[in-house]
Amino acid sequence: MVAPTAKKLFSVTLRIWRQAGPQQPGKFVDYPAANVSPDMSFLELLDVVNDGLTKDDGEPIAFAHDCREGICGTCSCTINGKPHGPGKGIATCQLYMRSFADGDTIVVEPFRARAFPLVKDLVTDRSAFDQVQQAGGFISVRTGAAPDANSIPVPKEDADLAMDAAACIGCGACVAACKNASAMLFVAAKVSHLGLMPQGQPERDKRVLAMVQMMDAAGFGNCTNQYECSAVCPKTITHDFIARMNRDYAVALFREKFKPASNASGGAG
Amino acid sequence: MNLLGSLFSSSIGRKFLMAATGLVLFGFVTGHLLGNLQIFLPPQKINAYGHMLESLGAGLWLIRLFLLACVLIHIWLAIQLTLENRAARPQDYGVAHINRATLASRLMARTSIVVLAFILFHLAHYTVRAGHPLWSEHTFTLADGYTKVRDIHAMMVEGFSNVAVSVFYIIAVGLLSYHLAHGIGSMLQTLGLKNEKWTRGLERFAVAYCWGYFLLNAAIPLAVLGGFVKLHA
Ligand code: SF4
Ligand code: FES
Repeated sequence: MVAPTAKKLFSVTLRIWRQAGPQQPGKFVDYPAANVSPDMSFLELLDVVNDGLTKDDGEPIAFAHDCREGICGTCSCTINGKPHGPGKGIATCQLYMRSFADGDTIVVEPFRARAFPLVKDLVTDRSAFDQVQQAGGFISVRTGAAPDANSIPVPKEDADLAMDAAACIGCGACVAACKNASAMLFVAAKVSHLGLMPQGQPERDKRVLAMVQMMDAAGFGNCTNQYECSAVCPKTITHDFIARMNRDYAVALFREKFKPASNASGGAG
Repeated sequence: MNLLGSLFSSSIGRKFLMAATGLVLFGFVTGHLLGNLQIFLPPQKINAYGHMLESLGAGLWLIRLFLLACVLIHIWLAIQLTLENRAARPQDYGVAHINRATLASRLMARTSIVVLAFILFHLAHYTVRAGHPLWSEHTFTLADGYTKVRDIHAMMVEGFSNVAVSVFYIIAVGLLSYHLAHGIGSMLQTLGLKNEKWTRGLERFAVAYCWGYFLLNAAIPLAVLGGFVKLHA
């Protein structure tokens, strides 16, 4: 049901990719939606359409969502060819129906990439990102009492830049938008956010080498520097982080090769 | 993994090789253009320059082999990366949408084919001198009064007097400039030389370079066809 509103309601047609499972064939199916409020979010409209489908004993449209406030990166789908739909710096859950006009046909598809296999309808499995993250997107610290907040000084500029990179919510839109389904923006954001902090230095080289290796193994494509990724990123993460990662990777590769390794085999005794 | 292995197998490693070989070829075409522009000076300049290059002997062959290796690596990796990139998206979107990828960036493969055809034609034309048996006999006496060298000035004027050759030349350098319009920025990004402070300046440099490269190159056949550069006595 749509909440009562004084605003003018309108109608759109949702053309949605329906696919029962990874092995089944998929196709676009049209769903007319009337009484659309401009203040509805796009996901709310999907909820309303699904209500109707359920009432009619139809199979509701599977779509992924969680926080619905742009911070979790779950709500991943491609709307009119653009991941997260029209608008800049927003996730699908932050898209409102006022971005569309009466009579519009809105085409909704899953993210398409070999590394993001389809689960059902608009839902894809993006666990390849988790694998990349687990390959090196962390720092090794001893747990214990919380350290004093100012025990490690961090220059403000570095902290700001690291925060820009850390804003990545792992949604996968960068991969979805790239014609090569490359994950460079995501990996660059993860590599940079730790690489810019003093706590990230001990594992800096190992991290970038391992994460890039995992990225390649997961079947993402290669970057051709066309910056479609940063154009659709809901957190407007800049592709300058990709240049930074390229630099980090080169340095790590050479250091790895030429840095002498210790022969010592452990602690005393 | 060893250094060379990582360079030739990882995604970023291969991008580095694309950028590095691109940089070498960029340097080469720039130097080549500067050499060619001597056509606007008295004929002994460009002929002496060509003679200097030819007299490098083994050195010249080393340079040629190095450039050939760069071209082959650049082409081989371009094919390999393109095939992988296509495989990374097995199913296309129903709605195609481009956010900001430039036309130059989307035409890289197509512009490269014309450039490659041009390189082959150019080598056959001036280096092997196929179809011009007489060109090997064109000689020119340098300012010292006795050194006889290849008359490159006459070869260029004769070559560009053919309108079809000139038109092909202008189209090819135009497409090469367009290839570089994406290539230069891409190279800087891949080598990690770009950041928020430099981006604008580097972009302006790339645009200015490409226009300059195209116009200066096109000026040569146009000057010949327009009768501004003539066969010397
Ligand atoms: S870089 Fe941006 S588009 Fe890519 S996963 Fe992170 S938030 Fe999403
Ligand atoms: S549902 Fe969490 S970002 Fe959209």
